[in-house]
Amino acid sequence: MNTLAVTSPRRRRVDSLARWALLAGVVLALAPLALVLLYVLKRGVGALSLSFFTTDPTGAFFGDQGGIKSAILGTIEIVALATAIAVPIGVTLAVYLNEIGRKSKLAMTVRYFVDVLTGVPSILFGLFIYIVFVVGGMLTGFAAWKGSAALALLMLPIVTRTSEVSLALVPDSLREAALALGAPRWRVILRVVLPTALPGLLTGGLLAVARASGETAPLLFTVLGAQATTFSLGAQMNSLPLQIFNDVREPNPQLVTRAWGAALTLIVMILLINLAARLAARRNHLR
Amino acid sequence: MVEVINVPHTVSGARLKSRRALQADVILRWSLRVTALSMLAVLGYFFVRLAITAEPALSHFGILGFIFTNNWDVAHNIFGAWPLVVGTLITSIVALVLGVPVAIAAALYVTEFAPSRLRSTLALLLDLLAAVPSVVYGLWGVFILIPDLKPAEQWFSNTFSFLPFVGGQVSGPNYFIAGLILAIMIIPIVSAVSREVLATVPLQEKEGALALGATRWEMIRLAVLPRSRAGITSAAMLGLGRAIGETIAVTLVIGSSPVIGHQIFNQGYTLAAVIANEFGEATPGSLHISALIAAGLVLLVLTLVVNGIARGIIIRSDRRRGSIADKAVA
Amino acid sequence: MSTSKTKSHQTSKASGKGFGVKVRALHAFYDDNEAVKGVDVDFPANKITAIIGPSGCGKSTLVRCINRMHEEVPGASAKGQVLLDDLDIYSLGIDPVAVRRTVGMVFQKPNPFPTMSIIDNVTAGPRLAGVKRDELHERAERALCDAGLWNEVKDRLNKNAGGLSGGQQQRLCIARMIALEPEVLLMDEPCSALDPHSTLRIEELIVKLKSRFTVVLVTHNLSQATRIADYTAFMLDGELVEAGPTKRIFATPKNIRTKEYVTGKFG
Repeated sequence: MNTLAVTSPRRRRVDSLARWALLAGVVLALAPLALVLLYVLKRGVGALSLSFFTTDPTGAFFGDQGGIKSAILGTIEIVALATAIAVPIGVTLAVYLNEIGRKSKLAMTVRYFVDVLTGVPSILFGLFIYIVFVVGGMLTGFAAWKGSAALALLMLPIVTRTSEVSLALVPDSLREAALALGAPRWRVILRVVLPTALPGLLTGGLLAVARASGETAPLLFTVLGAQATTFSLGAQMNSLPLQIFNDVREPNPQLVTRAWGAALTLIVMILLINLAARLAARRNHLR
Repeated sequence: MVEVINVPHTVSGARLKSRRALQADVILRWSLRVTALSMLAVLGYFFVRLAITAEPALSHFGILGFIFTNNWDVAHNIFGAWPLVVGTLITSIVALVLGVPVAIAAALYVTEFAPSRLRSTLALLLDLLAAVPSVVYGLWGVFILIPDLKPAEQWFSNTFSFLPFVGGQVSGPNYFIAGLILAIMIIPIVSAVSREVLATVPLQEKEGALALGATRWEMIRLAVLPRSRAGITSAAMLGLGRAIGETIAVTLVIGSSPVIGHQIFNQGYTLAAVIANEFGEATPGSLHISALIAAGLVLLVLTLVVNGIARGIIIRSDRRRGSIADKAVA
Repeated sequence: MSTSKTKSHQTSKASGKGFGVKVRALHAFYDDNEAVKGVDVDFPANKITAIIGPSGCGKSTLVRCINRMHEEVPGASAKGQVLLDDLDIYSLGIDPVAVRRTVGMVFQKPNPFPTMSIIDNVTAGPRLAGVKRDELHERAERALCDAGLWNEVKDRLNKNAGGLSGGQQQRLCIARMIALEPEVLLMDEPCSALDPHSTLRIEELIVKLKSRFTVVLVTHNLSQATRIADYTAFMLDGELVEAGPTKRIFATPKNIRTKEYVTGKFG
């Protein structure tokens, strides 16, 4: 005999309807990702060849338009310098916030502005750098390092936030154990806290690098762009996002094909960095 | 100091050493503090310089005149940013309407319905949406989305012409396309923050609902959503902030027309896009540059306000929740 | 909507008898880890049965199988039979949602819905079950009276439930559960988060409730079991060691391990 109260059919229907509606949300959210990847692959693969990666764009509208060598190298150079600026400062700030400042007024203020910085549109970082370094003062003109500076501003809050989180994950018992052995605080931070948090710091840094690699807007009025490969950070430089942005707007199918190829290259680079970040996160023994 | 005389030599040596270590600690503390302070100083400096550079345009047209004048005419050196402000608002609202429900639904499915084995994979894929660069979304929008969607948009425009802001000839690049791409771009952040918020709902409360004979969906309505309403609202606001400031993809699909379109399938312009497009052409030191920087300042204030509201919502609900949690423990 | 409430439910109430619960060859797993290893035990109707045992012995898992809450933990599974008045709730086609409506549960930590008012907390279950709006208040009042909370909260029914003390919150959770008019009450260490005074009040309440419900009480507190339980079951390492009338289990245990546990030699 059935002694249970029956769940009304209406409630069951609503439940399964909700389940399917929410699943539809997942599908709708992921469809663009699949479509973008699909089209970039489909249209981009045709552009790839050895010379695509080994020649600089010529700037010619007709005839031999060249590849994206300078763009790839430029992206690597600009982002590498940006990382060299943003990661040390970001980690230092995080150490201050988590180890020294904690809930002090200054720490709360810094946290607040790091938060604010996270929400600032990336094109404004380009504007900041333009005003201060490109037209202002003695340092006039466009240069790769100015783009790096703009990207560093963009990366700084990401690095700081993720680093603070990974430092906070280091258990206090570890710090106390080291302090109880008579180690001064700076030693505890350097020898115990930072090494323990390293995988987390690495993940944060890599995610910031991935984010910066795809940014176009901060580079527009800082590095401006170039055709030839250069290793001088004081010169104008090419980069993948800039190359794509310029090629998209050319009324020439061949240049557009180069844009798709460059997009494919850029996406693969960013996905690899993301993958590295996840692997670093997996090695994190604090989780 | 008198006691020091009595302690054995080794101990006082250790004390000396620790005093040196103490000095190192003091140096460390201060250098870290200085780093923190200089970051604040740099930010302050940037803001001041931005304001100074925007000042010529703002004093020429007046702050309100600059924002609310419906005339952006580069050739005649007249800069009223209203068409850009309106374009920014329209595209962001379209993004919010299309993107937020999808993002929240996805977050709810991942946290409450998905089989536990699938959860991390789905979360990873949702996060990867954010890994696609803005310029690639723009490229895709220009060459795939615009041509593929145009017939559907035209059909919609003809069929629903009785609705406000709908009807007439559809142009390729338009507010709707820009809003749609923005919706895609804000989905990862809205859904990631929502997932974080949903994950903070205590298991006991969810089990409490289930033990009352609630179905999964009823549990969500009973125990999950009331708890996370504030957090999800603030996730949506963060998404709005992103949409307002997003530049490159929008620049490519908005149509770059500084005249307000009368329906959502018309061309338009946004604050960020106008800066990206016109900055390179403007003469340094000109009124045009100043006006563009002023547009950037308006953009900055808009995003700061929106993000500030998002943060305020979180802090307020945290405080309220905190008081409840304290009582429950007592 | 109210027709979905079964008739048998009401007839059983009229007879004043709760449902007995029989557990047969029950195994429960967390992934590959077997937490309950083939338990057979009876929980007689209208009696309080305490389940005792050291932490990790599977007693919580066992009660969570009785209303099929166990399977809500990711990776958890169970096999065997749980007979609710001769109906196996693990047989095919049984709706866990319906089971939970008949077998109520109170948890270790009080878990009222913090965003809801006191009255809304109590009516949450009946509202889900489709009880008519005009009956709700009466039901809530009855449940709050039964839980001994009415006098303390009657002037602030619309206030937030988060404002109550820990003991009051737990009694609110009991009221919330009995407002659903279940047959069986599962209590998973309901007093472990409470002070002695609140514990006493809840114990008195449980004793009062047994005339109408079958009560299964998980406790790590041996004296609580001796104070209020009619029957006691002792579990160790996922197995049922011994079960019987409380007096006998504590006075003349048959099993040496039971004897060691109830005399405080381990656990």
